[in-house]
Amino acid sequence: MPTAEYIQNITLSVNGESYTSQAEPRTSLADFLRYNLELTGTHIGCEHGVCGACTVLIDGNSMRSCLMFAVQAEGKEIATVEGLAEGNQLNSLQKAFWERHGLQCGFCTSGILMTLTEYFEINSEYSEKTIRDVLSGHICRCTGYESIVAAALDVANSKEAGNE
Amino acid sequence: MNEQGTNYIGQPVLRVEDDSFLRGKGQYVDDVKVPNTFHVAFVRSQMGHAIISRIDTGEAQAVPGVLAVLTADDLKEALHSLRLPLAFPAGKLDGTAMPPVLASTEVAYVGEALAMVVAESRHVAEDAVDLVYVDYDECPALVDPREAMKNNADRALSDTLSNCFTTIKIDYGDCDSAFDTAAHVFHETFFLHRGAAHPMEGRGILSVVDPGSGAVTLWASTQASHELRNTAAEMLMKSNDDVRVIPCDVGGGFGSKFMVYPEEIAVAAASVILKVPVKWVEDRREHFLSAIQERDQYWDIEVAVSEKGTLQAIRGQMIHDQGAYAPHAITVPYNSASSIIGAYVLPSYKLEAHVIRTNKPPVIPVRGAGYQQGTFVIERIMDRIAEELDEDRGEIRRRNLIKSSQMPYSTGLKNRAGAPVVYDSGDYLACQKEALLAADYKGFPERQAAARREGRYIGLGMAHGVKCTGRGPFETATVRVSTSGEVSVYTGANAVGQSTKTTLAQICADKLGVNIEQIKVICGDTAYVQYGLGAFGSRQTMMAGNAVAFAAREVREKALEVARQLFKTSKGTPISKINRKLFVENGHIRLTDDPEIEISLSHIASIMRGAAGYSFPNDVGVGLEATHHFRADQMAYANGFHVCETEVALDTGHVKINRYLAVHDCGKIINPLTAVGQIQGGIVHGIGNALFEQMLYDGNAQPITITFADYLLTTATEAPNIDCRFRETLSPLNPLGIKGVGEVSVIPVTAAVISAVENALSPFGIHIREAPITPIRLIELIEQASASSL
Repeated sequence: MPTAEYIQNITLSVNGESYTSQAEPRTSLADFLRYNLELTGTHIGCEHGVCGACTVLIDGNSMRSCLMFAVQAEGKEIATVEGLAEGNQLNSLQKAFWERHGLQCGFCTSGILMTLTEYFEINSEYSEKTIRDVLSGHICRCTGYESIVAAALDVANSKEAGNE
Repeated sequence: MNEQGTNYIGQPVLRVEDDSFLRGKGQYVDDVKVPNTFHVAFVRSQMGHAIISRIDTGEAQAVPGVLAVLTADDLKEALHSLRLPLAFPAGKLDGTAMPPVLASTEVAYVGEALAMVVAESRHVAEDAVDLVYVDYDECPALVDPREAMKNNADRALSDTLSNCFTTIKIDYGDCDSAFDTAAHVFHETFFLHRGAAHPMEGRGILSVVDPGSGAVTLWASTQASHELRNTAAEMLMKSNDDVRVIPCDVGGGFGSKFMVYPEEIAVAAASVILKVPVKWVEDRREHFLSAIQERDQYWDIEVAVSEKGTLQAIRGQMIHDQGAYAPHAITVPYNSASSIIGAYVLPSYKLEAHVIRTNKPPVIPVRGAGYQQGTFVIERIMDRIAEELDEDRGEIRRRNLIKSSQMPYSTGLKNRAGAPVVYDSGDYLACQKEALLAADYKGFPERQAAARREGRYIGLGMAHGVKCTGRGPFETATVRVSTSGEVSVYTGANAVGQSTKTTLAQICADKLGVNIEQIKVICGDTAYVQYGLGAFGSRQTMMAGNAVAFAAREVREKALEVARQLFKTSKGTPISKINRKLFVENGHIRLTDDPEIEISLSHIASIMRGAAGYSFPNDVGVGLEATHHFRADQMAYANGFHVCETEVALDTGHVKINRYLAVHDCGKIINPLTAVGQIQGGIVHGIGNALFEQMLYDGNAQPITITFADYLLTTATEAPNIDCRFRETLSPLNPLGIKGVGEVSVIPVTAAVISAVENALSPFGIHIREAPITPIRLIELIEQASASSL
């Protein structure tokens, strides 16, 4: 049984802001973000690392926050969906999702946005095939994926045209 | 542009829902935070079927942080009954068709809840669940409905007379004579499996009791707030007005959140008993174990056809695996049995559908609601007729289709309420023609031959689908203009991802004459709307949409009447004295030819809310608002025709979908952008049902596919791009001409995909009479066919 003696202080950075909170070692990063830091934009869909809804970026790398303990994220830079918009303005990926109807119920969306954020960070060439490959780590029950792919391709085209 | 100066209906308007979702600011039930909330984990049956001899909660109670461990006995004081009430007027079904709130004497499937731990966190609650000791006397578990329906079978639930819930009997036309005189008679058997709904957000509920009044507020992830409110009130022995359901943002439903679940009532009861807010949020494992599924059907039928290949009669039986309970009565098997008619003239039909109790979770509809299964049967029969008569598959379908000139078409069937089933409108042949032309069906044999010369096996499949939509009897909308000029639309419709808020806002904007940015749509909050039915049966755009249209129009007329009474032209003539037209445009009342006149709706709204002791306009109701209950007793039938091309790898059994084309007729399309989204999503759901999704149980009714690594949902690498087109045959049943969109797209998919797989493998003479068809099963069929041809 857990007791207070196991509670850890955890300090990490989320979307550029530093947070310190206490949690048991068994607390997943997803639960820590959602319940300790009240950043509920990261969603939990399966808790066994398949659906991808809980995906966040840790030091720039996409990770399932349901499969990682909060203590493992000590000192890390974490990016979540709440940090994507540029002030009041949706960023180009968010805008493309809106324009292409890339979301319906919105539950899987946060994780998908984070994976695609990484995709556009680390690649300089884009294609439907590689977009579908990175999306295959996510489950969306609503859209059938085509509109998500279309949104990502819009961003890709815009980047390739040098608009970003 | 309409006379109100707006033009939203029919346009690809961007969604009003998206901004908060894209920023991670959605408020799903697990995001709703109420201070001092306690969290629930359920103790669930580990047995498929057992008598409970003892539940020992002592050790669990002692865990620090645990507030209580409750069993059925503990809930008694707060509940009118320990069993859920029958949700539908279900004819012959008795109370044992409904699940208990918590099982107390017997468990009938693995995952059935039998106790609940309420603790300061979900983590602690789950720790304590492991310390609740349950002694089971194991009983034989019934897994296969064909075994369960035998006379000497063990019972899936004690104290029941039979494992058969009921037998649905359909019988119209002179079936037996048709068989006597038919040119051809075929025998077919089919096995159809369909898994669970799997919205990405599971179920969940938060119950808060007001300490003074005892009123209960339920934040819920639900498709049917009012049904939940009504059932919770009945179970908690409270007035409907003392229970409020606030639907949160809902992370998808697909049928799984249409039912009121035992867990939801248990959570509400726990908050009443313990006098603290209580929350339960389902995890994925619980969804696999205990949320509804659609499951298995075994069909055994004969088909009589004329010399020309037109259907004369179908007769036979179907066995439906209903699981342990029938909370929505016979919806799925009835829909499967009746949807065999599909798009075709079927002069006579006799079927017995046995609805059988087994030791698995209950069945209620998943998106498509059983239509997929009946459609699979009739579409495979069409392919069989074409093959036997050596005719073209499209041509055989054409000969059998209900013609547009036959609309409205009385099918011969009766619905669940006993009224004739009448298709209201549609042009099925036009959809077929357009799709086959666009798919270059004529050129396919050549493409297929060329591929085979390269050693590639490609195939083409096709299928019609017809779905009743807009289920009644009514839906409610209230449209209210605030003194700020903002417009609120309150409705009993539930928003669960289908863009309902956007489509309703479009309709309101056009009918009232305001910009869509001024409109806020509030779905399914029972405090604002007393009577509503929610999200199921592809109904909300038609039912709530027309309710909004009527209410918005009434608000507009009301505003114009007040303007006539109170305002003058720029020259000082009372508006009521002149014979020129008033209209509402962009939130303002204007007068033709007098641009000076501009009276804002917000100004009228402030007059209409009254001022203490001052006069009020004559002959108009208080408030710039109107409520309309749109009634529809008949359903509008949406349809679609799908063409699918696949390529099958002989060595691995892998099926690749190279092309998918769908032509749908869903009546008036309010928003083509979101309608296409519904069609694409439904088709990819159907592809999962055709190729991937299998909810499997072993011989003891233990589930063996309880992660997304075992139970496969279609992902982006398997989903094709879909060429989706609409034809619009307006439904005569509602002023806007709408038919539902949400489910019809999923219905033909299994048939079309599997027809394409079979067609790809035609050199092997394989017949596929089952769904889903996995790679292993496909290789098995190929090997069987190769062996038998040696």
